[in-house]
Amino acid sequence: MSETVKHSLMFAFVGVLIILDGTTSFGIFAGSWNSALGILNMGLVSAIMALGVNLQWGFAGLFNVGIMGFTALGGLAVVLVSSSPTPGAWSQGGIGIIMALILGALTVVAAVFITKNMTKGKPRVLALTALLIAGFFAYRAVFDPAVSGVEAINPALYGSLGGLGLPVLLAWPAGGLLAAGAAWLIGKTALGLRSDYLAIATLGIAEIIIAIMKNEDWLSRGVKNVVGLPRPMRKEIVLQEDPGFLDTAASLGLDPVVASTLYVKITYSLLFTVVLLALLWMAQMGLKSPWGRMMRAIRDNEVAAEAMGKNVTRRHLQIFVLGSAICGVAGAMMTTLDGQLTPGTYNPLRFTFLIWVMVVVGGSGNNFGAVLGGIFIWFFWIKVEPMGAGLINFVTYGLAEDSALKLHLLDSTAHMRLFTMGLILLLVLRFSPRGLIPEK
Amino acid sequence: MDLLNALVALTNYVMIPAVAYGSQLALGALGVTMIYAVLRFSNFAHGDTMAFGTMVTILVTWWMQSMGINLGPLPTALLALPFGILGCMALLLFTDRVVYRFYREQKAKPVIFVMVSLGVMFMMNGLVRFIIGPGDQRFSDGERFIVSARDFKAMTGLREGLAFKTSQGITIITAVVVVAALFWFLNRTRTGKSMRAYSDNEDLALLSGINPERVVMYTWMIVAGLATIAGVLYGLDKSFKPFTYFQLLLPIFAAAIVGGLGNPIGAIAGGFVIAFSEVSITYAWKKILRYLMPENLEPDGLVQLLSTDYKFAVSFVILLIVLLFKPTGLFKGKSV
Repeated sequence: MSETVKHSLMFAFVGVLIILDGTTSFGIFAGSWNSALGILNMGLVSAIMALGVNLQWGFAGLFNVGIMGFTALGGLAVVLVSSSPTPGAWSQGGIGIIMALILGALTVVAAVFITKNMTKGKPRVLALTALLIAGFFAYRAVFDPAVSGVEAINPALYGSLGGLGLPVLLAWPAGGLLAAGAAWLIGKTALGLRSDYLAIATLGIAEIIIAIMKNEDWLSRGVKNVVGLPRPMRKEIVLQEDPGFLDTAASLGLDPVVASTLYVKITYSLLFTVVLLALLWMAQMGLKSPWGRMMRAIRDNEVAAEAMGKNVTRRHLQIFVLGSAICGVAGAMMTTLDGQLTPGTYNPLRFTFLIWVMVVVGGSGNNFGAVLGGIFIWFFWIKVEPMGAGLINFVTYGLAEDSALKLHLLDSTAHMRLFTMGLILLLVLRFSPRGLIPEK
Repeated sequence: MDLLNALVALTNYVMIPAVAYGSQLALGALGVTMIYAVLRFSNFAHGDTMAFGTMVTILVTWWMQSMGINLGPLPTALLALPFGILGCMALLLFTDRVVYRFYREQKAKPVIFVMVSLGVMFMMNGLVRFIIGPGDQRFSDGERFIVSARDFKAMTGLREGLAFKTSQGITIITAVVVVAALFWFLNRTRTGKSMRAYSDNEDLALLSGINPERVVMYTWMIVAGLATIAGVLYGLDKSFKPFTYFQLLLPIFAAAIVGGLGNPIGAIAGGFVIAFSEVSITYAWKKILRYLMPENLEPDGLVQLLSTDYKFAVSFVILLIVLLFKPTGLFKGKSV
């Protein structure tokens, strides 16, 4: 069996799993197209994230443990770009906030300027300290009143700057840009040092991005969440009142409510597939180009690549920013799919480490592997819980219905997920480190 | 009088919490740094190792409480601590045997080790949540305070109270004892010396007949002890929640790197640097300034540089500064 046939069969297998989830309710399958399409949509988003991580890890050997942060920035972009502007927010303090941010940025730029242009010694340390302290207080002096101004506007409904009211599709590239900016900042400091440092720095930035999104209410309402984000297609309720749509649904023999939800989900699937294919095509082209060969050469032997005149740190920075931008796009897509931004739900185990499992299982260094891993592991992640419950019911078959042990175990099945994912990661790393679809 | 009040408030709200938290971080960072020195990778599972050791201790504590065994004014957890350490040792030696040893024999790159430790982290996290659940657990008992704020006020007649919790006292004493024992072990005993030799120069150590597997085994055992003690102390001082322990990973790594990865003295110094910056930057200084400034200059706001929600940002910014200017850390750690 040739490689291509084998790999196509794996994709077909995942496709069959999803179709089975839509058609039969035997065992772990839900038997509803709603659930199947839900899994498919998140699987597609996960596949895009895996593609971004694969770019960093598979092509360049960079270890990014902050995927959650970049994903969350993508979600933030959706709010900032597409939610409707809060009436009066700009006059109440929006301008002040922007001014304060500019002031903060100027302080940092000035600090960098001082570091670069003054000679080492006490005067430089003194000048830097004075500048940073003065800059910080000036920033707080402008920032604090502006923020309370914005947050005072009808906090139950708004209390934030709101967005620009632009079409939501524009938020996807904006999410990529936002994530790219954060990645540049991190890459600039941590790249060029030993590999663990990048890992630790990305772990930190992710936590901080989430902390900012939870606490800065003026930005995206913090833990009060932003709900009802606009969608790229008509809402279910609108569809259910459209006579044309109702006729089509009736002619297909579908209930209008079911038909409208399916319509929305299928539209998302199509949109996501288009983005995924475009990114996959770009990644493949990149891999085959001289640039991709250079990247792999750097990954396999940095010293040799440096001897050939390649600037390793710069290339690493480039691919780190690109990969993170893809995660940002995926994050924006995910928030669009959910229709809400809930900073409280971002959890590193789900948004960072799960993506790593996808990349490793799929096959690091192979773009198709990342896509396969993304969809397959997502399916698995959703289904581990029913599987775990089934397993525990089977194991504790002999125990009484109300035995404390059995109840405790059944309560804990939700945590089986983490355990299983860790186990899968370790097993794949040990016995098949090249993954399902190995690098060519 | 005002100056005294200010001093008491400073000790009560900044110094004591920071010293206690710093000791906990230092013990955690020592574990990370030991692994780095001997096994040469950053162990991402360290936070969850702490959680596991603490969990075993909590379970034994609950059992002891139910049997009526206690230490009087001291928390029962101290009695249960050796069992927690033993449980943690068993787990770490088991993971080393079934997971890490394979990659050691392969001479895999450090980044592979880091990734493997991610998998281990996942499993330990799942295990802890599976056994004890994801919620908050309290297990401290005994006397709550060594000096309570009210007694202190009655004693001195000052307006400010000074509270010194038992858990804080225990933390500080335990940390001193553990660190002293660790340094004695590393500098004076044969095994400790062979560990340092192995860490400094692997090939030379092998040449002089040091058994690497033995060194690795002792390292894991010491790390299990350090992690469990750090975890139990943190849990007694605050409370036990698996996710919090995972989040401790960031300040612990920051402490280890700030001090210089692989350098035990650096890890301790780093722990205190991080703890003091975190506490003093997120503390609202208004209370103290009120005593020190003339009345007309009293600050309006809380004079809090950053809200407590950003305490992770503090360790992170310190980490970035160190990486930018002195990547080997304050005390010279292993090469970059």
